Amino acid sequence: MSSNSNLPSMRRLVEQLRLEASVERIKVSQAAAELQQYCLLNATKDALLVGVPTGSNPFREPRSCSLL
Amino acid sequence: MGEMEQLRKEAESLKDQITAARKAVADATLPDTVSSTAVVGRVQLKTRKTLRGHLAKIYAMHWATDAKLCVSASQDGKLIVWDTLTTNKVNAIPLKSSWVMTCAYAPSGNMVACGGLDNMCSIYNLKGKDGNVKVMRELAAHTGYLSCCRFLSDSEIITSSGDCTCLLWDIETGTQKTTFAGHLGDCMSLAVPGDFKTFVSGACDFTAKLWDIRDSNCTHTFSGHESDVNAIAFFPNGNAVITGSDDATCKLFDLRSDQELITYQDSSIMCGVTSIAPSLSGRLILAGYDDFNVNIWDSLKAERVGVLAGHDNRVSCIGVSTDGMACCTGSWDSFLPSFSFKGQDNVMRLCKQNKQQYL
Repeated sequence: MSSNSNLPSMRRLVEQLRLEASVERIKVSQAAAELQQYCLLNATKDALLVGVPTGSNPFREPRSCSLL
Repeated sequence: MGEMEQLRKEAESLKDQITAARKAVADATLPDTVSSTAVVGRVQLKTRKTLRGHLAKIYAMHWATDAKLCVSASQDGKLIVWDTLTTNKVNAIPLKSSWVMTCAYAPSGNMVACGGLDNMCSIYNLKGKDGNVKVMRELAAHTGYLSCCRFLSDSEIITSSGDCTCLLWDIETGTQKTTFAGHLGDCMSLAVPGDFKTFVSGACDFTAKLWDIRDSNCTHTFSGHESDVNAIAFFPNGNAVITGSDDATCKLFDLRSDQELITYQDSSIMCGVTSIAPSLSGRLILAGYDDFNVNIWDSLKAERVGVLAGHDNRVSCIGVSTDGMACCTGSWDSFLPSFSFKGQDNVMRLCKQNKQQYL
């Protein structure tokens, strides 16, 4: 995407790029490992992933009991 | 050399620097890192509740932090607050403008907000003394449509707009505190992480930006999408963002390594992504598409592991509750009975109403 061709815009763009260039970056190996770790550590709490025991599902309609 | 030429050269040099810096930390890839992890099994979600009541297309929905209530906005000119467990409507709020595009629930549960083609963000107090829900504030300053809004607290809200900016507002005074300018196209979506110190925005300039709320700086710009970024969400640990685009892909960008880690795409998917939400652990990504299907992705393995589809299940918005128990989709569908998906005992709910072509 090209930026505006006027001077103030260009100055702002350069300032912005300076800021973005200066951020600290960690290694992807660390970032990826931590994402994976977070997923695995929280998997058992993730109802959409592992489901919930029938009795403790608040959205499920309770089954009626019939006394025979 | 004129200043303009000097600046151009410096800009190019800085862009090269950023590219090089990103490359320098790219010592691994996400696929390599997770190569020994198995793909999750097929995910099949069952409709548990249907929230009926809107009379036109539902454009947006947002969960309350209690994971029981949610708010939805429809172009029938109503905001409805639902109790998702009982399916009761807690509030049905008539709007001044029916051209609503977004809605939000305050973390406290005290307020909801909405906005759209009226260019305003209207704040409603749900806990007024006499029990009536009234407009508390009308935040007007954007010169384009309101695409998204998210509360930071009862006194601050962030909005994104078709005027290419995002704004931080003081709700008490109804005035703008901070302007976040830098996007070169309509801002389509925004997301706030758990610490409320930053936010991310997706825009029609094909990028996503990370902003520092207090000093208004954009600290990271993520490119890679080949079309508008319509949807954006934080990965649950706050260290990554997921985006959905008109280029038919979703991407995961890591904030601390400042780069894209993976793309979620399939050659059979050719339509744009309209909404996106991660599951509680982040392992699943639910993405809504222009063909009104929802694809469920394994976020680590980048494989599609499920679909919320029925040919009349047309999804326009999606949200996962804060406790991760349920996913709510807003859709438009006429007179159909509730859908049932066979399979494991996961939870899904649908908001349904009449079918109406829009835009």
